[in-house]
Amino acid sequence: MGTTLVADGRTICPDQGIDRKLNVLLSDGRVAELTESRPAADKVINASGKIVSPGLIDMHVHLREPGKENEETIASGSAAAVAGGFPSVACMSNTDPAVDNEASSEFVFLQAERAGLANIYPVGSVPKGRRGEELAEIGQLSRSGTVAFSDDGSPVSSADIMRRGLEYTKMFGKAIIEHCEDLALSGDGVMNEGTLSTILGLPGIPAASESGAVARDIILAELTGGKLHIAHVSTAGAVELIRTAKRQRLSVTAEATPHHFTLTDQCVKAYDPVYKMKPPLRTQADVDAVREGLRDGTIDAIASDHAPHSTEEKQLEFSLAPFGVIGMESLLPVAVTELIDRVLDWPELIAKLTCNPARILGIDKGTLRPGADADVTIIDPHLTWTIDANRFRSKSRNCPFHGKQVRGRAIQTIVGGKTKYRLHPNADY
Amino acid sequence: MNWTRRHLLGLEDLSAEEINVILDTAESFREVSTRKKKKVPTLTGKVVVMMFVEPSTRTLTSFSLAARRLSADVVSFARGGSSILKGETLLDTAKNIQALGIDVIVLRHPAPGTPHLLARNLDASIVNAGDGSHEHPTQGLLDIFTIRDKKKQIEGLTVAIVGDIKYSRVARSNIWGLKKLGARVVVVAPATLIPPGIEELGVEVCYDLDKIIPECDVINILRIQLERQKSGLFPSIREYTKVFGLNAERLAHAKEGLLIMHPGPMNRGIEITPEVADGPHSVVLDQVTNGLAVRMAVLYLVSGARG
Ligand SMILES: [Zn+2]
Ligand SMILES: [Zn+2]
Repeated sequence: MGTTLVADGRTICPDQGIDRKLNVLLSDGRVAELTESRPAADKVINASGKIVSPGLIDMHVHLREPGKENEETIASGSAAAVAGGFPSVACMSNTDPAVDNEASSEFVFLQAERAGLANIYPVGSVPKGRRGEELAEIGQLSRSGTVAFSDDGSPVSSADIMRRGLEYTKMFGKAIIEHCEDLALSGDGVMNEGTLSTILGLPGIPAASESGAVARDIILAELTGGKLHIAHVSTAGAVELIRTAKRQRLSVTAEATPHHFTLTDQCVKAYDPVYKMKPPLRTQADVDAVREGLRDGTIDAIASDHAPHSTEEKQLEFSLAPFGVIGMESLLPVAVTELIDRVLDWPELIAKLTCNPARILGIDKGTLRPGADADVTIIDPHLTWTIDANRFRSKSRNCPFHGKQVRGRAIQTIVGGKTKYRLHPNADY
Repeated sequence: MNWTRRHLLGLEDLSAEEINVILDTAESFREVSTRKKKKVPTLTGKVVVMMFVEPSTRTLTSFSLAARRLSADVVSFARGGSSILKGETLLDTAKNIQALGIDVIVLRHPAPGTPHLLARNLDASIVNAGDGSHEHPTQGLLDIFTIRDKKKQIEGLTVAIVGDIKYSRVARSNIWGLKKLGARVVVVAPATLIPPGIEELGVEVCYDLDKIIPECDVINILRIQLERQKSGLFPSIREYTKVFGLNAERLAHAKEGLLIMHPGPMNRGIEITPEVADGPHSVVLDQVTNGLAVRMAVLYLVSGARG
């Protein structure tokens, strides 16, 4: 495979506390060294004026295969991942059939290998088939490379199953990634409950639907000593509960999505289902609280919750259209545009996309330590462009940031030492 | 003032001036109904489609008659006879109808925001004839028209809207229209049927019907959907009638010129007693008559804006 030198970039590796101009030498699929000198290499990538980061990790995506290959496949999702700057993603278990046994997780690895673009880590379901009373084969799944457990798409509604799940996953050091929602309180809600849902006549999902569930799960994490990760935090109440749990040194982590730290329920005003997702877009006060949670470290990771849906389905009546938005190819630019210099500095942002999700998932990624896999994302921090969902690698187009002017972009994604994505230098963005 | 809107999606978007244009236009159309030949040639050659995905005999009849009195060609596209249930999306169906060369779609649909979906994607004018719990602008307009007709003005009046505020499109359209024209609006309902943030629309919330009655110039009683009780929003129909039903006894302290309205269809003996529904304060039948003139005005104005 030979050696590659990523030269003259601003190298940021929060895992090692590094943020300075360094040359990164990759050799035989691994990081060889970070050095101020200029070792000889078979290939040199000029990263001058760019940021050189450990390969980014999107710890929460839905790739729809098996089951809904018209919306996304592991191959198209892999292409979207590397185009967004992510050599690694963790995909949720709510496929059809669900990932609840070794064979189904092996299938994910096999399809990822065939696609040959990105590292795809399956997340297994908590109970078998994402419903019922019996736990999935968590031990065997863990051994076959499943990185975490989640019924995302829905919550683990039974407190008892959640309790047993937290106890059982603890044995394998795996986290339960919980979609915190009280389904009874959400009812048939399709947007945030508040004045706007009243005006629009759409059934609302109260903030309490999330914060109530977060409170329950934190209490169960305390009871069991299990590892709990709260997915897509959207409310001020949930941020505060997680902050308190962390002060108590519980094993609780959290992620936020770009749409929840950028958009408010006011987007729903014109009844466009491209703004329909769970949890729903909340108020400005919630957006501010999520940003504050990112700033003070309450929220550990940024993830897209990439949820592809066909255009036909997203053109239905608002109340009938499915929940979910895509985000792998818009996450980084939106995060850079919205957070850098306002909420986070570059090392803080990169930590939430590399070593923090790696630690939560327990994977040897998200670092440029010598010996680590040669996954590198080169970012142009200044490139200004307009997000155009029609040019995405994803099969789906349901992106709420379509048309947004943004700054920053992954221009080259290296996976295991090989370039899997490069933005054409003359791309007309 | 020049009317420029191609669609009527709700009263939220309209200015007081625009509402008055509709009411004044309705006023002039009302005269047509008193003629021997109840028809004007205004919309000759125009095609109006009645797309009623949710059944509503009253509104459908009123809109159809309004369009015919303006000499438009009327096509009805009711739920049973459509392909809406056969897997075709609403948008596909509407695009197919539009391809027939139609000018106006009058849409009744159970999902809020469907008129907006069509307005975004089609060239035809869209008139919202009720979209779920969102708005029912022509009902709001005919209610306001009726009040203006009897009271000569809207400003300064106290209007109570009683009943299922949470799910009522009639309540929302009335609130927007009445507030824009300067009325005081009080909503009266069990707390479980008061939606969050309703005060931000400029209304007062009251749980005590007897307390508010003496202050009212108008009481608009909404139909209580019996399935609300089944979904646990109040304990029983009997209790609802006791606490929020309008009866003659309650009206003992009402103002002399109080108007009692109901958008229909009524649950007689539940939200309103028959003696009140048919009593001296009731303007329920005027509402129906005025509905025709208001719908003629709306069809005329949106068609005109299309050129
Ligand atoms: Zn979720
Ligand atoms: Zn998800």
